Amino acid sequence: MSMPFDIDQRMEGRIEDVGSFVQNIVNDLIRMVIFTGELTLVVWDAVRHPRRIRRRETLYYMDMCGTDAVPIVVMICILMGIILGFQSAMQLQKYGGDVFIADFVSLVIVKEMGPLMVAMICTGRAGSAFAAEIGTMKVGEELDALRTMGLNPVRFLVLPKLLAMLLVMPLLTVFGDIVGIFGGMIIAVLKLGLPVVVYYNRATAAITPLAFLLGLLKSFVFAFIITVIGCRRGFSAGNDAQGVGRAATSTVVSAIFWIVIADFVLTFFYSMIGE
Amino acid sequence: MEKALPIVEVCNLTIGYGENIVLKDLSFAIDRGGICTILGGSGCGKSTLLKHLIGLYRPFSGDIMIQGRSIVTATPKEKDLMMRGFGVTYQSGALFGSLTLLENVMLPLEEFTAMTRPQRIAAAREKLAMVELDGFDNYYPAELSGGMRKRAGLARALALEPELLFFDEPSAGLDPLTSADLDRLILHLKDKLGATFIIVTHELDSIFAIADRCLILDKRTKGVVADGDPRELREKSANPWVKSFLNRNNLRYCN
Ligand SMILES: Nc1ncnc2c1ncn2[C@@H]1O[C@H](COP(=O)(O)OP(=O)(O)OP(=O)(O)O)[C@@H](O)[C@H]1O
Ligand SMILES: [Mg+2]
Repeated sequence: MSMPFDIDQRMEGRIEDVGSFVQNIVNDLIRMVIFTGELTLVVWDAVRHPRRIRRRETLYYMDMCGTDAVPIVVMICILMGIILGFQSAMQLQKYGGDVFIADFVSLVIVKEMGPLMVAMICTGRAGSAFAAEIGTMKVGEELDALRTMGLNPVRFLVLPKLLAMLLVMPLLTVFGDIVGIFGGMIIAVLKLGLPVVVYYNRATAAITPLAFLLGLLKSFVFAFIITVIGCRRGFSAGNDAQGVGRAATSTVVSAIFWIVIADFVLTFFYSMIGE
Repeated sequence: MEKALPIVEVCNLTIGYGENIVLKDLSFAIDRGGICTILGGSGCGKSTLLKHLIGLYRPFSGDIMIQGRSIVTATPKEKDLMMRGFGVTYQSGALFGSLTLLENVMLPLEEFTAMTRPQRIAAAREKLAMVELDGFDNYYPAELSGGMRKRAGLARALALEPELLFFDEPSAGLDPLTSADLDRLILHLKDKLGATFIIVTHELDSIFAIADRCLILDKRTKGVVADGDPRELREKSANPWVKSFLNRNNLRYCN
């Protein structure tokens, strides 16, 4: 049994913890906004001079973040479809609404789980890799070398990653959506005995073009968040191996945090416009 | 006749990290076309000074003029332009790991010249040959030894044939013969390009062989303790620490 005095002290500690947690988030947000501003200038410059974009690096990152992620995306999303199928089948069976499994699974996947799962996978694969790569370049004085060569590190290092992610993550999401809906179909057919044609027809009817596009917009936003956080953490990494490790870890933690926040905000707005 | 403008001029410069002052109140000027070496004990701030001279960090106070223009107060755009005007090598080589050697050397040419691709390749090959790395075009930096990386970094710094070159310990980690070759290369470049070199180094042999001038920094006073022709300083310096530094004696053992 602890004394009231202890409780007071512990409470104070808790409040301090909460305070510094909030302060960290606010600082993080400010720095992210500044970095985004810098990035916007570079993107604007790239729009005006598309020839100056480093194409080879962009292709490399498309390969790394896209092609190489396909197997894991397929795995996770098909399982997600199966899980959603199971859960909804159990509820829907109670009310005799078996056929709505198609509507439920396809809409949840397209609007929510597809973009979110792909974003989680890309955070773990690409976001942490970006932080580690840029952090290692910092340790090896490569960032200094870039700057003294008069090359803008943001243009040189961040832009190809950003372009690659913006192109590849929506594609991965489309891919994940398709296999996720297919996963739901497996359950609909095997557990509920729904004909494939019925599932297919209901699913395609349920997904409106707008719902599909809004889902893709989410994955655009997530791609942006992952790249910005990964790169920024790399630039501010400590000058040693542990610093690089910490940068990679904190990328994953804060990217997931901000992705969920962004998802919440977007979902809220979508519901306001009736989607 | 009016004295030519010094290529690098430092006025009342105080530098450091965070709260920690590494060097204070430095003032010196480096004339065009010579080889100036900066030396001093390990950790006395040579690399720090070099990184401030090339504009990577902002000094606490004081000014640094490169070719008559302040790199401290320059806008980011002007700074980029000034930085293009000189070549830098880093203590660790600092090659870009995702590019091959040839691509590393070609990078500044790609970004800042109107050369065609064959011209760029030829120019980059020529630079690599200068540092005896011909035949390693398609190697990645990770596949090279430390000394080779250093030489490749040198080739990259030379790519745009700048008038001003900063080297951070170019010969550390090289064998004596390669190190002597490097000295010859520097002398050759000085004659051929009329370039000015500012070199941080510990190699006494190379200092006596090539340097016109040396600045010796001291950790305790956080400033320049000696400045002049290294051969003269070795014989005539009034400061016993400087004398023993240049003569490889250690005061701790001969007191
Ligand atoms: N990034 C940094 N942050 C904080 N302090 C630093 C940093 N880099 C160097 N220092 C400190 O500045 C001082 C000078 O370091 P510097 O690297 O300039 O030494 P140096 O003269 O180049 O030594 P060496 O001959 O070993 O290369 C050291 O005391 C070091 O602790
Ligand atoms: Mg050093």
